Parts: sequence; structure tokens; C-alpha cells
Amino acid sequence: MIAEIGHFALALALALALAQAVLPLLGAQRGEARLIAAAGPLAAGHLLAVAAAFAALLWAFVTNDTSVINVVQNSHSAKPLLYKLSGAWGNHEGSMVLWVLILALCGGAVAGFGRDLPGVLRARVLGVLGLVAVGFLAFILATSNPFGRVWPPPPDGQGLNPILQDPGLAFHPPLLYLGYVGYAVTFAFAVAALIEGRVDAAWGRWVRPWALAAWAFLTLGIALGSWWAYYELGWGGWWFWDPVENASLLPWLAGTALLHSAIVVEKREALKVWTVLLALLAFGFSLLGTFLVRSGVLNSVHAFANDPERGVFILGLLVFYLGGGLALFAWRAPAMAPAGLFAPLSREGGLVLNNLLLCSMAAVVLTGTLWPMFADLLLGQKISVGPPFFNTAILPLAVPLVLAMAAGPLLPWKRAQLWPVLQRLWWAALLAALAAAACLALAGARIGPALGFAAAAWLIGGALADVLDRIALFRRPAAAWSRARGLPRAAWGAAIAHAGLGVSILGMAGMGLATDRLAGLQPGESVALAGYEWRLDRVEDAVGSNWSARRATVTVTRNGATVAVLAPERRFFPVARMTTTEAAIHTTWLVDLYAVLGEEQEGAAVLRLHHNPLAPWIWLGAAIMALGGGLSLSDRRVRVAAPSAKRRAVPA
Amino acid sequence: MNRRLLMLAPLGLVAAGGAGFYAMLRGLGDGSYDPRGVPSALLGRATPAFSLPALEEGAPPLTEAALRGLPAPVLVNFWASWCVPCIVEHPQLMRLAREGVTILGINYKDRPADARAFLQRHGNPFRQLAQDAPGRVAIDWGVYGVPESYLIDRQGIVRWRWPGPVTPEVLEQDIRPLLRRHA
Repeated sequence: MIAEIGHFALALALALALAQAVLPLLGAQRGEARLIAAAGPLAAGHLLAVAAAFAALLWAFVTNDTSVINVVQNSHSAKPLLYKLSGAWGNHEGSMVLWVLILALCGGAVAGFGRDLPGVLRARVLGVLGLVAVGFLAFILATSNPFGRVWPPPPDGQGLNPILQDPGLAFHPPLLYLGYVGYAVTFAFAVAALIEGRVDAAWGRWVRPWALAAWAFLTLGIALGSWWAYYELGWGGWWFWDPVENASLLPWLAGTALLHSAIVVEKREALKVWTVLLALLAFGFSLLGTFLVRSGVLNSVHAFANDPERGVFILGLLVFYLGGGLALFAWRAPAMAPAGLFAPLSREGGLVLNNLLLCSMAAVVLTGTLWPMFADLLLGQKISVGPPFFNTAILPLAVPLVLAMAAGPLLPWKRAQLWPVLQRLWWAALLAALAAAACLALAGARIGPALGFAAAAWLIGGALADVLDRIALFRRPAAAWSRARGLPRAAWGAAIAHAGLGVSILGMAGMGLATDRLAGLQPGESVALAGYEWRLDRVEDAVGSNWSARRATVTVTRNGATVAVLAPERRFFPVARMTTTEAAIHTTWLVDLYAVLGEEQEGAAVLRLHHNPLAPWIWLGAAIMALGGGLSLSDRRVRVAAPSAKRRAVPA
Repeated sequence: MNRRLLMLAPLGLVAAGGAGFYAMLRGLGDGSYDPRGVPSALLGRATPAFSLPALEEGAPPLTEAALRGLPAPVLVNFWASWCVPCIVEHPQLMRLAREGVTILGINYKDRPADARAFLQRHGNPFRQLAQDAPGRVAIDWGVYGVPESYLIDRQGIVRWRWPGPVTPEVLEQDIRPLLRRHA
């Protein structure tokens, strides 16, 4: 009964989304106030219907209703409650419902928070969001019904893929989708602007919070996924340039570029056409990721169970939305006059450089991800593009990006001089040089990590220099506190986000110095790695709620003193008949001691031991970046939409 | 004008990409595009040298010489009694054997007694049967896992590799055309 209500709610949502797509767009075109005013209530109704469907799905999973086929395939009564809930979105059908729920939430947010948007623009944005929802709701109803019944119901479900039974992964998809779907809002703003044929400073100001929110969620989502891969897959790495990871990185890169170019639109009314294009592309990349993951054209560890028929449908959606947006772009954008002249060396110039570099990175990642597929299709060649390609192609783009990142915020608008900026950054440069020198002295001739430490010091130092300069700590120390309090939160947010990237790079540089060792040990034997003594004490059986395991106890000592006792496991999940490795990690924040238990043979256990310096900082940095985004989002200028005419004074 | 063309470029890229993806999806449907399949390094080359003891005691060992200068192409099948998909493919192998196709079996990481029991129960399609208990030869051939089949032409060149069970579809769509082509 509940499942049928859920199914009906989805159908109702489709009808409401269709109305939300058609009526406001029509009303905006004809100037009919009643149709324009219908946008908000329709978006609210659409949200309620999708929320009801999602609640019904959660209910089916929590009560383990085995007459619902999706529950049978993805759940089991012995699973902890958290994983029953996350099981609801840990599969293709359920994750699509989550996707449309977040899309409807975005629509509701535009309707709720966008009261000071001009009515026509708001109607058009909601109309485009409704149109996007129509496609995905139709996709769910036509090919991926999450509420299908099975008769007779089996006594219990088959369980969720055990590798996904993890708190990190329970929250990874919702955060990622908040990011992906958040770009649907910027897409809708871009399409609305193209329909109106007008992009101005006000448009930039309205788009930016959405771009910022989507970016912050996507940053968290990607970081959580990477963290999960680090501790759950047990390979000891944090980023593998896997096509599915790349699919999430693409909208992040485009979205980061969008975030920065929207500032130029807002402050200077320049880069308008470019910003609109980025807004279209950021969502296009989100759709591309959805297509790649769900259609089966990819060969990846994390691809969903796939089906070419669904693939054709998603491809149709991708081509319709992105193609439609870009067709509109090709038609309307040439008429948008470029405005707001600026010198190459200026804040705008810095942001253009940022955009060029980020988009080049996106092009590299896109090429590297899609090339093997197209080579297979067109040339019949199986090639694989791996980390060496990405690392060598990204590095030359990352170096100038990092260099410019610290200097950019210190440049004034319109026209700048390099010398005063360098004067304020000399000590950050000194810090960077010291960091590189220290790394070379301590770790030997390792160029990559040394470069990473220098970049991290430069970024963190640069962000600090920016803040200190703005609050004039050294010039007028007495007024610094009040200036700090008066500094716009957007400025704090930018500095913190930039420093956050520095922290992440610090972690990546540390991981560049990671060492590992594979050892087959009898209980009582030990090996040395990175100045630690790793002793295998015993291997024994262990039991959990829906698994049994072999658990090793590894004592790590340094100079005779015990540092940590690690308990890596190999878990066997009888319901899914799968084995997973549970890496044991002890972190001191400066270093991760990481152990993985492998096969056992004749009393000896194979252990893979890793010494990962600074590893947690990678994800800590991402959290700091998202925090910066959130802080910037809470800026008064965003919350209280000031009248569009007057531009804020340029901060000195 | 140039500006207008430039703004059409993204649309063109999406159209080209969309067409390519559509071709991939079509290929997935009819089997001509398979992102997971990895071609065998042996394709188009002679089989590596090997010598394996026969499963039956006293029978001569199986060597690469058995795969040279043949009257007809042969199928080499890696299998094990503990492997469930091997039971799935067994009727197809039996059918081929009844039709006169030579199938050479390599029993992979198995106990001879278990292998014999398996063949007694399900029938023996193999003209010759060798055992690779340590799995060394399987490594040389690049075997993913059992079951796995190779088609060797009359000159002893590997023409086809199939990692997985020989289902009726594989039999009709792959093996029969290949047998005709290399006859």
C-alpha cells in the first residue's frame, strides 16, 4: 500500500513538474501575471509529491518490505538501521529518487528564498527546473520504478553490497547529488538569462549563491568519496583517476570556474557570455557523470548495475538539456554585448586566468576520461589512460593556478600593478621556499612533494597575507579587530577556501612521501617500515551483526614504545557472499599508520603496511574549503539582496 | 560571423559526443562494444610452449605440439570441477564434441579424483585432458579464471578467447562462425 502511494506520488510529481515547466514559461513569455505567480506554488506541490515518494521508499526499506523488489535486491533484515536507510539510495532506482528529491528541494528553495528575484526571471528559472524534473521523473517511471512488487515475497532480502555498508558512503551520494543538482539551478538561471537575452550584475549576484552552495556540497561529496576509497577499498591511495571519480571532478572544475567568473559579472559586468556557458557546462558535466555511471559504457569499479536501455534514455536527457541549452546559447549569446573593459593585470585578469586554467584542467580530465572509450569505438583499440597521463598533464596547469591563486585576491579591480602585490606576498614566497628546502633536506631529491609543500605554504601564506592586509594588522594594529569584524564574510570565505586548498595540497604532498611494504608474517614476527616496527601478534575470528571476519592484531612500536595497536580485518558477508577488507588506520594527524590484512597461507598472514604522512589533511582541507564556501554564502550581501544599481566600493 | 560560429562550437561537440555515446550503447546491445572485455595478448599468435601431465595415469602428456598442423581448428577449455559456471557450459561442450569438434581440456587447480567424478557425472567432451594443478600454464596463457576457452586454428594460432562460460548464445554466435571460418 505504502509502495503504491509512493509510485502514485511520483506520477503526481511528474504531472506537477510538467505544469511547473509549461505554465510559468508560457506566462513569462506572454506577460500573464497569474501564470507567472503559479510557479512558486507548483514548485512547492512538486516538492511535496517527491518528498512523499521518497518517504515511501524509506519506509519500505526501514520495514524491510520484501514484496518490493528493490528492497529484496538491496536490503536485508539483519542490516543496521543506518544502512537500511542508505540502502534506499545505494542503488540505481533509489538514487534517482534522491536525485529528483534534491532537484525539487532546489526548486522549492528558489521559490522560497527567491522572493526578491524579479517575478519573470523567477518564473523562468522555476520553469526550467520543472523541465529538468520532468525528464528525470519520466526516466524513473519509464525505466527504473523503485516501487515494483514481487510475488510471492521472498523471506528476506539479498543485502546491500557490503563495500557500501559504511558511514562515509551513506552520506557520500546525498552530498554529491546536492552538488550535481545544485548546478541545475545555475543552469536554469543561465537558460532563463538566454531566453531574456540579458545578463547583468544583478543576475551575477543571484547566480553566485547557488553556484557557491553547489560547489561547497560537491567539494564535501568528492572529499567523502575519496576518504571512503582511502579507508575502505584498502589500496592505500586517495585518488585513482578512475572514470567515475573524474566524472565528479569535471563539474567541480567547471563549477569552480563558474564561481569565480560570476564574481566578475557581479562586480564588473564582464565575462557574461563566458559565465553563462560555464553555468550550462557545469550542469552538463553533472549529467555526463550520471550517464557514464549508469549506462554501462564505462569500465569502472564503482559503476552502477547497468543497462543499455536506460543508457539511451539518460543520453537522450543529456543531449536534450545540454544540447538545448547550448543551442539557445548559440542563438542568443552572440547578441550579448561584451562590456566592462579591464587591463590584463587586474582582479578581472586574474579571474580570467583562473578560468582558463580550470577549464584547461577540465578539458584534460574530460579527454583522459573519454578518449579510451572513443578509441575503442572508433579505432577498435583498447587503451587505458592512467594516473601518469593525468599527473603530467594536470601539473603544468596546477602550478600557475596555485601561483596566481595567492596573488589574485590582492589585485585591485580594473587595473593593477604587480609590485605592490609582490611586496605584500614576499614572506609567503619565503615560506614556500623554506618549505621546499626543508622537504628536500629531509626527504631527499623528491621534486613532486617539495613542489607540493611549497605550493601549500604559498597558498596558506597568501590567504593569511590577504586577511592581514585587509584588516591592516601591521599598519594600524589598534583598529585591526574592528576591521576584522567589519570585513565582509565573503572575503573571509574566499581566504579560508584558498587556505583550505593549501591544506589539501599539504596532505597530497605528504602522501607523495608515503611508503608501503608487503610482508608475509607468522604471529610474533615483525617488519620495519618508516622507522616503525610492525609486529603481527595474532590472527583470530571475529563476528559482527551481518558478517564474520578474520582479524589480525598488529602492534606498531617505535624505539620500543608502543605507538598503536591496529586491527585490520577481512570481513565475509554471507548474504552477499562477498569479502571486504577493513583497513586499520591509526592517525596522529601528522601521519597515518595503515594496515590491510590479505590472504593467509600456512599460518602466515600477508599484511600490506602503509606509512602515509599528512594523509588526513587532504580531506580536512576539503572541509575547510567547504567551510569557506559556507561562510561566503552567509555574507550579508547574499542574504539581503541589495538593489542592483549601486556597486559596493572596492576593498582596498 | 566568426563569433557566431564560435558559439555554435559547444553545440557541435555535444552533438558529436552524443552520437558517439549512442554508437557505444548500440554496440553494448549487439556485443560489438564491450568496455570490460580485454583482448588476449595471445590473439593472432602461436600458443606458448607447455607440457602438462595427462589426467589419466599412463596417458602421454599434452604439449603445444598437439596444437600444430591440425586437420581442423580445436577448442582449448580451462575448467575445474569446483567451478559452477563450468557446469553451465558443459552441455554446449558435449554438443560440440558429439558434432566432431576437437576439444582439449585443461583441468585447472583441481584434484584428479574430483575431476574424474565430474566427468563421470556430466559426460566427457574432451579428446585429450591434461591437468594444471599449480596453474602455471594458465598464467602463461593469461587465463582470468575458469571457465575460459580458446579457439586455435589449424596452424596453432590463437584466434579467439572467451573468459566465461560457453552459453548457447556464445556457441551459436561466436564459436560456430569461427569454426567455419578457420575450417
